[in-house]
Amino acid sequence: MSTLHMVNKSPFETGTLSSCLKHCKAGDAVLLIEDGVYGAIDGSSISDQVKATVGDVALYVLDGDVSARGIDAGKMVSGTKSVGYDGFVDLVAEHDRTMSWL
Amino acid sequence: MADTKKFLYVNRKAPYGTIYALESLEVVLIGAAFEQDVSLAFLDDGVFQLTKGQKTDGIGMKNFSATFRALGDYDVNKFYVEKESLEERGLTEADLQEITYEDENDDWAEKPSIRFVTRAEMADIMSEQDVVLSF
Repeated sequence: MSTLHMVNKSPFETGTLSSCLKHCKAGDAVLLIEDGVYGAIDGSSISDQVKATVGDVALYVLDGDVSARGIDAGKMVSGTKSVGYDGFVDLVAEHDRTMSWL
Repeated sequence: MADTKKFLYVNRKAPYGTIYALESLEVVLIGAAFEQDVSLAFLDDGVFQLTKGQKTDGIGMKNFSATFRALGDYDVNKFYVEKESLEERGLTEADLQEITYEDENDDWAEKPSIRFVTRAEMADIMSEQDVVLSF
């Protein structure tokens, strides 16, 4: 049983990603969309917390939102996986539930 | 001009996730017609507006990042970017696009519009303005 967590807000403007990461269980996945994709940038004030969670928890970003914001793949936390809208649908189907952190 | 005032547009939001960044740019362009002393401040998530390599095909929204490079033609050439905001977000000066203007007082020499300032310097800049517009 696993949960797909979705975050769409910048981690520097709200505590949403931080709270989400603290509520993830092993086997869950976090999908960052819209301004949430900024949470995948390495070397930021939140990247240590992100790195401490990924591994047991898979980290995904929506590629269209990443490209729109000019974030280079090489700047993202190691292990971050990129998905398109089709991969988004697969993630929703693969997990038992989806939780949006608004 | 006798009635020139110092205007500061404060940009604190990331592009695309909300409409604030685009609206700010629209107001700056409108305001440019009034020949005021205009400065732009980029702090907090606002620094993300200036990242280079933005490609919005995948999200069906207008990529307005190139418009910043046109502002020099409207005498808008003071872009203050807060260093601490960049560092907190894992960004460096090299992650931002190059924005230049031609200095009419220096034989139209091409000069950078972006000036990187500390948080304390940003506070000073804010305190020197006649009008502050926040986005």
